Amino acid sequence: MAMSAADIEALIKTALPDASVTVEDLAGDGDHYAATVVSEQFRGLPRVRQHQLVYAALQGRMGGVLHALALQTSAPD
Amino acid sequence: MDNSKINDRIKSEVTENPIMLYMKGTAMFPQCGFSARVVQILTHLGVPFKTANVLEDADLRDGIKQFSNWPTIPQLYVKGEFVGGCDIVTEMFQSGELQTMLEHNGITKAPTA
Repeated sequence: MAMSAADIEALIKTALPDASVTVEDLAGDGDHYAATVVSEQFRGLPRVRQHQLVYAALQGRMGGVLHALALQTSAPD
Repeated sequence: MDNSKINDRIKSEVTENPIMLYMKGTAMFPQCGFSARVVQILTHLGVPFKTANVLEDADLRDGIKQFSNWPTIPQLYVKGEFVGGCDIVTEMFQSGELQTMLEHNGITKAPTA
């Protein structure tokens, strides 16, 4: 049912191969995560679009099997 | 489910209300921590906002996710534009961007009685 941090990271990296991804299991329950994603593909995009790219990478799992994923996205400095 | 009907409802709500928040529960009784946080931010800023409770309406709950192409609740709209969910709103509030954006849209503190 729950997803592992490694699963989340792998899905994001498949869709955004250049991304540097950090996934943290906030509650240790495999259900509440925080992810930081840095990718060149975010450059110039509003935050909503950046997050939508990550949600698309998760292929519908967000809001389903993945209950809570706090997201921080940015382009590399 | 009648998709176009719910789309029309959302479209008119986000157009008619300068700040429209789709959330779980009500502003007075939020039923989810993420929704509560956005209510808290808007209340702190003292701006008037309208909320819709997706827990009372399954069509709305699905409809808003499709309308915004966004998988989670809460969802904040300002002047018909989708701003984001809890993470984005919090980040924008902390950086002061949210306040600037509201000012640009002519939304200011409600006069206190």
